[in-house]
Amino acid sequence: MNLSVEDVKRWMHVSNQKIQENKEYLSELDQPIGDGDHGHNLGRGFEEVVKKIEREDYQEIGALMKDVAMTLISKVGGAAGPLYGTAFLKAADEWKGSPTITEELLIQGLEAAVEGLRTRGKADRGEKTLIDVWVPVLDYIQKNDVQPIELKEIAKEGMQSTNGMQAKKGRAAYFREASTAHIDPGAYSSYLLFEALYESVNIEEGAHD
Amino acid sequence: MTKVNIVVISHSKKIVDGIADLVSQVKKPDVHIFTAGGTDDGNIGTSVEKITKAINQAYSKAGVLLFYDLGSASMNAEVAAEMFSCGLVETADAPLVEGAYIATVESGLGKSLLEVKQAVEVTTRRLKTSE
Repeated sequence: MNLSVEDVKRWMHVSNQKIQENKEYLSELDQPIGDGDHGHNLGRGFEEVVKKIEREDYQEIGALMKDVAMTLISKVGGAAGPLYGTAFLKAADEWKGSPTITEELLIQGLEAAVEGLRTRGKADRGEKTLIDVWVPVLDYIQKNDVQPIELKEIAKEGMQSTNGMQAKKGRAAYFREASTAHIDPGAYSSYLLFEALYESVNIEEGAHD
Repeated sequence: MTKVNIVVISHSKKIVDGIADLVSQVKKPDVHIFTAGGTDDGNIGTSVEKITKAINQAYSKAGVLLFYDLGSASMNAEVAAEMFSCGLVETADAPLVEGAYIATVESGLGKSLLEVKQAVEVTTRRLKTSE
């Protein structure tokens, strides 16, 4: 799986569509254990991301991802801004100067992104955060010849695994046992990003799904 | 002598305005407190742009110490501090009200950025355990 500038742009477009379609649901997941704005915050951020990258003509992926990251950092009010912003910014450093993300670069970018998420969120696996999606996805791409549909499934399993976990990070942690009965909203939005990645490369390969 | 200035960050503008009022009682005219409360459109949340603006206003040769409240505030404070390339910007792991108050006192005494940060973190921890 190689990703060109156009593929990454399409990935961001499809991500925006998915976030907008699931805006209400994401905020609903955030309501009982947070401040109930995850979907709307992220929706506003991705709307701006799409506007920003539409206007620019990118020669390489690094500059594109940096714009994505900076837009999310400045436009998303809640925790999703600094988290996704940091993840994409770290990945952008790895993809600087590259017109294509090869599988090797994908691994490097995701390693840096996960490292950024861990540092920023001070979270580890099993704490009911987006880390429960990103780490298994990273494990999968490090160890396998990447099949986009498998990558999506791994992200989905990670997302579903947060249902039943007790939150250890963020405002949700204040709810202790009461936080267990839901999917983590950050894990769900992360799943949407990986689902969008799968769909955006699948279109290219002839949509045989 | 240039003193360490303070930035207080909260999801709510009313909270940071209240803290600025309260801390003004310390009467240290050469220690300045700046605020970043709420989102850019005036809702509850935190904004890297607002925090960056407050850091720019607060910036002195002695440095700036940041205080934050819940959830995203700490992460946005870290992001803003990292983007500030001149250095001398630190975040304090302390309660907002007590922290900002103690920092103003310590900075007024002419302490360095790291001394103020340490004094705040140690003192607020002691206050908590002695309750």
